[in-house]
Amino acid sequence: MKSGSNLEKVILSGQPAVTAELGPPMGADPHEVIKKAQLLRGFCDAANITDCQTAVVRMSSISAAVLALSEGLEPVTQMTCRDRNRIAMQADLLGAAALGLKNCLCLAGDHQKFSAAGKLKGHPGAKNVYDVDTVQLVGILKKMRDEGLQEGGDKLEAAPKFFIGASWTPMGDPIDFRPINLLKKVNAGADFIQTQGIYDIELFRSQMEKIHKMGLHERTAILGGIIVPKSAMMLKYMDSSVAGVSVPKKLIERMNKAKEAAGDDKKKAREFQEAEGIKLTVELIHQVLETPGVKGVHIQAIEWESAIEGIVKAAGLYPRPSV
Amino acid sequence: MIVGSQKPIEEIWDMVKDSKKVLVFGCNTCIAVCHAGGDKEAETIAMMLRMRASQEGKNIEVKHFSVMRHCEPEYFVPVMEEVKKYDLVLSTACGVGVNFLSERIGDVPVYPGVNTSFYGGVPASGVFTELCGGCGDCVLHLTGGICPIVRCSKSLMNGPCGGTKDGKCEVSDEIDCAWYLIVERMKKLGTLDKLAEIQPPRNWSSSAHGGPRRIVVEHLQELEQKEDNKG
Ligand code: SF4
Ligand code: SF4
Repeated sequence: MKSGSNLEKVILSGQPAVTAELGPPMGADPHEVIKKAQLLRGFCDAANITDCQTAVVRMSSISAAVLALSEGLEPVTQMTCRDRNRIAMQADLLGAAALGLKNCLCLAGDHQKFSAAGKLKGHPGAKNVYDVDTVQLVGILKKMRDEGLQEGGDKLEAAPKFFIGASWTPMGDPIDFRPINLLKKVNAGADFIQTQGIYDIELFRSQMEKIHKMGLHERTAILGGIIVPKSAMMLKYMDSSVAGVSVPKKLIERMNKAKEAAGDDKKKAREFQEAEGIKLTVELIHQVLETPGVKGVHIQAIEWESAIEGIVKAAGLYPRPSV
Repeated sequence: MIVGSQKPIEEIWDMVKDSKKVLVFGCNTCIAVCHAGGDKEAETIAMMLRMRASQEGKNIEVKHFSVMRHCEPEYFVPVMEEVKKYDLVLSTACGVGVNFLSERIGDVPVYPGVNTSFYGGVPASGVFTELCGGCGDCVLHLTGGICPIVRCSKSLMNGPCGGTKDGKCEVSDEIDCAWYLIVERMKKLGTLDKLAEIQPPRNWSSSAHGGPRRIVVEHLQELEQKEDNKG
């Protein structure tokens, strides 16, 4: 056992793992985190606590992760390369380990210009860091854990024992490089991988075949990403604007049908689409889990944490194993 | 070459409006190529400042002239006595020129007329693009000749982030994703498998992060000394 985290134990047990996502609030109120943690607790093996996602200032991942942990939800701390240099990263991660956090997901992070896709002011004029990239950060965490050394070579008095994760965009451009991308993350030391949202299951499977041939599925635990769709509009937006996500037409049509069935009733239209979105999610979960080489799912219900219970139950993934 | 663009005339006016005798001092190398601060631009700025001064009823004498380079004494020393007659020099050289002159001109202030932006090329007439960040430890042999340090918005060293879409960077669809270009180029060169090698964390001390840099070419120094001895 590398970290002894719940997520690691579930993966080792061979049962399909389930992770979810918790977005910290744009404020200092701990109850926001506690409320979301209570909605997710028991329905996933661990939940990612995002790190200023979409380049917007929110409560820090590590502090929100500690709040979640105290509510009985195992967190996956996120660490982006955008905001910290290797000194700050290592210092924060030593602290995170001391506070009882056991999983860490390494990310490049959205560029500071992103500002929630222009929906918020954000801080587009901020200076970014990018001292190290994701692959290098994974390597730093592994070196700290397995060799008890800092990146610069100094000895650590006590090594932080993280279960190390990285993200992967299997269907991003340039698509023939993406398997090499994963290979590098695995070679650097990624114990688990969470993928970008999958809707095009055929394309995902063809990428996974390559991963299979490379034997990477045996060296890391790949959790397929599922983004719960709320509306036809959201699916269309993701298809046209989110990098590495393509949504097959027939899924968009299904959501459109659900919307149209409500006629002019806007409230119903929302309810029908949400219900269809959950149905669609459950189907995707099954298709992803049936894909050879996949060890679990990472379900993102963005600002819709209350949907997770129903989804996990409907997918037959409840109760979560106690290991 | 070094690429920059002229500062807004309003900002320049604010810098010079309280002086009596202003020299707009052009530089005829890089910054002239990008039409920001050569002799022609210096002349135009001087003209605009004279117009503005007369509009505001201010009595300011504005002249212009230029030299080949502000960054080497051999070019500006011959005109130094002339330059020192002004009580403000608005240099339209790049930032290097402004710095260099400031330290050699005595108590005359040298202000910038140009925003110096990057080291770039000229892919089409009137278009300038950033191609090198002067990081001091070039890795172009590892990346098919395309710079990941300044041409990737996140300076990634091990491949693209998840934000690439249709060959463009997540920051703007007007920016080519450097890693898309690198992968395509290395495919063409038949060296894509080289990218599987992990590049370790960089030593940034050769870049601006290590403090101001200095390069001494010893044999040139020696040569100069020999020449001096002869004379
Ligand atoms: S790697 Fe460094 S020196 Fe080479 S082109 Fe890029 S910034 Fe310039
Ligand atoms: S999209 Fe491409 S250029 Fe932009 S940050 Fe990502 S890898 Fe770098």
